[in-house]
Amino acid sequence: MAQTMKEQRKDAIIAVALELFSQRGFYATTIPDIAAKVGMSVGNFYNYFTSKEVLAKELVVYISEYLGKHIRDINESEADTEEKIYKIVSMYFNMAHERPEMIEYFLRVYLSNREIFLDDCEGMICVSAFVTEMMIFFDDGVSSGDLYDQDFFSAFGLFMGYLGGMVFLFGEKVLPDPLENYKESISKNIYNALKIR
Amino acid sequence: MPLKSDKKLTLLWLQGLTCNGNSHSFLNLSYLADVLLACDILYHPSLPSLQTLETISTCKLECDVLIFEGTFDPLMQRNNVMVGKLLRHYAQKARHIIAVGSCASFGGMFKASAPQRNSGLVFNETAHEGPLLQYQEKVINLSGCPIHPEWLGYTLSMILQEKKILVDSLHRPIELYSYLAHHGCTRNEYFEWKVDSKKFGEKEGCLYYEQGCRAPMTHASCNKILWNDVSSKTRSGTPCFGCTEPDFPRANFFRTKTNMSIPDEVPVGISKRSYLTVAGIAKTFHIKRLEEKLIDYKTAD
Repeated sequence: MAQTMKEQRKDAIIAVALELFSQRGFYATTIPDIAAKVGMSVGNFYNYFTSKEVLAKELVVYISEYLGKHIRDINESEADTEEKIYKIVSMYFNMAHERPEMIEYFLRVYLSNREIFLDDCEGMICVSAFVTEMMIFFDDGVSSGDLYDQDFFSAFGLFMGYLGGMVFLFGEKVLPDPLENYKESISKNIYNALKIR
Repeated sequence: MPLKSDKKLTLLWLQGLTCNGNSHSFLNLSYLADVLLACDILYHPSLPSLQTLETISTCKLECDVLIFEGTFDPLMQRNNVMVGKLLRHYAQKARHIIAVGSCASFGGMFKASAPQRNSGLVFNETAHEGPLLQYQEKVINLSGCPIHPEWLGYTLSMILQEKKILVDSLHRPIELYSYLAHHGCTRNEYFEWKVDSKKFGEKEGCLYYEQGCRAPMTHASCNKILWNDVSSKTRSGTPCFGCTEPDFPRANFFRTKTNMSIPDEVPVGISKRSYLTVAGIAKTFHIKRLEEKLIDYKTAD
């Protein structure tokens, strides 16, 4: 029971930190800000995370595992490659709606403040769960004869860069229509760009 | 070599479609003389024998150990006798039947000329459809192209000492084939940290990612029982071609099949998801010592 309470408190810190970091940025957010919003003392906060940098890295792992779990479900489904692309796009855009702080954090903190993540979080270390599932998706796509065999990062950049860009435009309120309206055309564009010819 | 009984084993070595590679390999066995002294060689194409092929082909003799080298082709004859007839006659009374090489075990290289017709003694790749299927309990497969002389030396020694040889589902001795060719490879540290060899024949780097090495997917003891007692393919810079497996020979020996840079096959028994997770993280790090030439090694920078 004690462990459950501790886990709940940890989850609460993660939720608040994601919200504050994504709104105010990493440097403008302080540990007292996070502790106050969670409703705990600063001293108690350190029982959960030893520093703000450690918390920042933990958030990347949290988001990566969240994405990885959902993409794994899609990878293991009976859907064909084109359907899987639509499902991944939908999942990502739904996440931008329901958990915008996660994508905001990824784009505005993880990708913008690289200096925080140089130690212990470089390369694949913190984003392994997510990138591994994208590898599985591409590997399955080529093995099944649907996707064109090319360099992994060329395909990965095309897929995730496109989604990240659209969510960024959505966050900036540049898009004239709701994100939902772009799922189909974007999925088709990604499939057409990656499919075997 | 201590023997269980004073009676010598009678040994018959027949051939199907073959390059003689396994015969040649066997002649390199360091204790060949001891093995030969413990056996009566009824017939071997390259060794002094008690009988001629003409006598053997009359199908009136018997043997304790029947060794077959090469792919079985049902249309092939030896001394105008169908090889299938010779095989079935000698297999009936033999106590042990040894298929030497991947051709005799699974069809191998010489299956390619007639894939639907040719096979190994018990297996056509992994399908049970060889000419000695009814005697399969007696068949030991020593796959390899060619076999290591010690593999046959071990098998004959076990038979001479009347010890039981445990085999896997493809009838290969577990003592020899439960290892992967990867085990004992001197490049293992490069494999662990995903440092690839970029050039053919260099001492540094792993051959798995870029040069088609199949050692992590191949059951063989090549890096445990060294060739000529000194080296192995992978140690000297040639990728493992997976020659002990039923699907040998595959195409593109020197190329690793990848799907968007991701290996199509991963080490035996490891899920692709697990492998990619570990490999991706290992690749993140750059180990200076492993990225330099061995000749430039210094104990301290």
